Amino acid sequence: MTKEEIKSVLMEIVAQIIPDEDLTNLKGDIPIREQVELDSMDFLDIIMELRKRYGIEVPEDDYMQLATIDSSVAYLEPRMRDL
Amino acid sequence: MNRDWLKDTKSEYDVIVIGSGLAGLTCANMLARGGHSILLLEHHYNLGGLATWFKRKGGHIFDISLHGFPVGMIKTCRKYWTPEIADSIVQLKGIRLDNPQFSLTTTYDSDDFKRVMQEHFKIPRETIDNFVSALRGMNFYDDQTMTTRELFENFFPGRHDIVRMIMEPITYANGSTLDDPAITYGIVFSNFLNKGVYTFQGGTDKIIGMMRAELIKNGVDIRTKCLVEKIGIEDKKIAGVVANGKMIKGKAVVSNGNLLSTIHKLVGDENFSESFIEEAKKVRLNNSSCQVYMGIKKGEKIDYIGDLLFTSETEKFDSEELRSKNTTSRTFSIYYPQTRPGSDMFSVVASTNANYEDWANLSEKEYRAAKENLVQRTLNALEKYVPKIRDKVDHLEAATPKTFQRYTLHLSGASFGTKFEGLKVSMGLPKEIPGLFHTGSVGIIMSGWLGAANYGVIVAHDVDKFLSAGVRNA
Repeated sequence: MTKEEIKSVLMEIVAQIIPDEDLTNLKGDIPIREQVELDSMDFLDIIMELRKRYGIEVPEDDYMQLATIDSSVAYLEPRMRDL
Repeated sequence: MNRDWLKDTKSEYDVIVIGSGLAGLTCANMLARGGHSILLLEHHYNLGGLATWFKRKGGHIFDISLHGFPVGMIKTCRKYWTPEIADSIVQLKGIRLDNPQFSLTTTYDSDDFKRVMQEHFKIPRETIDNFVSALRGMNFYDDQTMTTRELFENFFPGRHDIVRMIMEPITYANGSTLDDPAITYGIVFSNFLNKGVYTFQGGTDKIIGMMRAELIKNGVDIRTKCLVEKIGIEDKKIAGVVANGKMIKGKAVVSNGNLLSTIHKLVGDENFSESFIEEAKKVRLNNSSCQVYMGIKKGEKIDYIGDLLFTSETEKFDSEELRSKNTTSRTFSIYYPQTRPGSDMFSVVASTNANYEDWANLSEKEYRAAKENLVQRTLNALEKYVPKIRDKVDHLEAATPKTFQRYTLHLSGASFGTKFEGLKVSMGLPKEIPGLFHTGSVGIIMSGWLGAANYGVIVAHDVDKFLSAGVRNA
């Protein structure tokens, strides 16, 4: 997957988990939780969805790296490059 | 002949879930959705654990724990159950507090709470805002040395009336006291304060029925009347469970039973490290409850007096008084016909906190007398809000900590799980025995409808991670 594809997959997962939030103006470099209502259970759902769809395991110590869309893409790229 | 409740079970499951409280049900549902094979075992004939109900002659249905939960339950049900279950959640608007210090009605949401604090308790708006945002900012991993008492003293020094206003409903909701960590209070109270108090329209029977249908749809093998006697460990790993005398294999086991009986009884201390057992021994159980169920005669009605009444004749908030056998502090949950649309029946359930020891050691005769005394004192108290209540009821029944123990198998009839330290021990089980998990009311914050359901999801996440790693390593 390319970075663009990873981003679009990520946005799709977030949209599925918080369907009531408007994601059109979401900025890539600001923490997602500062822009939309996304609680810790929603965050856990994102982690679970990444595992279910792509078999990616994000260890708890790396959760911080998924704070923004940009940092998530950077973190996931080496793990999703060959998918 | 005894029926075989485990007839035709498979020889092995990915996950065996012991107990069908809300945490066990939600955990089972999430794992089944993830494609794992699940066996759900429940010793009672109904699913739900304390999320339960019972029927009595005269058309009465009594809900045991459907008193009110935070708005977050809507989102939790939508995400982890079905939109239909989420859509059946409605607000309870009439929350009434009546005691020697004050008498008021509120929706207990953020705006109305601020109004009451300003108008009734004369607290400056800034102090209220600071208090509310301090609570909102609390996380379970924050420092837990500050007690709830200290938190209140910081914001409202010397104000016993405010302590009662903000603490008494939470004590009924989860058994916590002023000595429990401030963060446990902050997290739970913020959840309620967000948008007020909610319930399931249709009653517990309808909701659990919908959840059962969803579990079946997702392929969960549900077996009631199956008592798990032992969790099997081989080579320090999970092997399965023994239920109704039969060994069933499982790659993972999730216990939704009481945390301490899971460790000491189902698994056995010999299977854990000494240091873990030391930690487990420090876990304090939360208290138990008493309830009085009052069924209003068909054709009789009661006027609207609020949905949830927190009443007391005691001078000020005192958590020991609240648990004592002769407490005058009780919650009345009033169930009007709209609780179950289409019904024309009214009922009232009075709940008090209680100590198991006060009820466990009575003789049969003393126990019966104590129960009758509880019923009569409760009717006397309700008379103030529903005149001539004795003429209106045609079913009266009481439950004590012994009743709670019998139906949930929880040690000492604990009706709110464990104190805060239980969370760490619950989450530490898989590190001790790979494949062993616990979910259910622990640590105060994982208690109640919302806490239990969400903890079920968190544990499902860990189980899924464990099973996925097993597949990769195979």
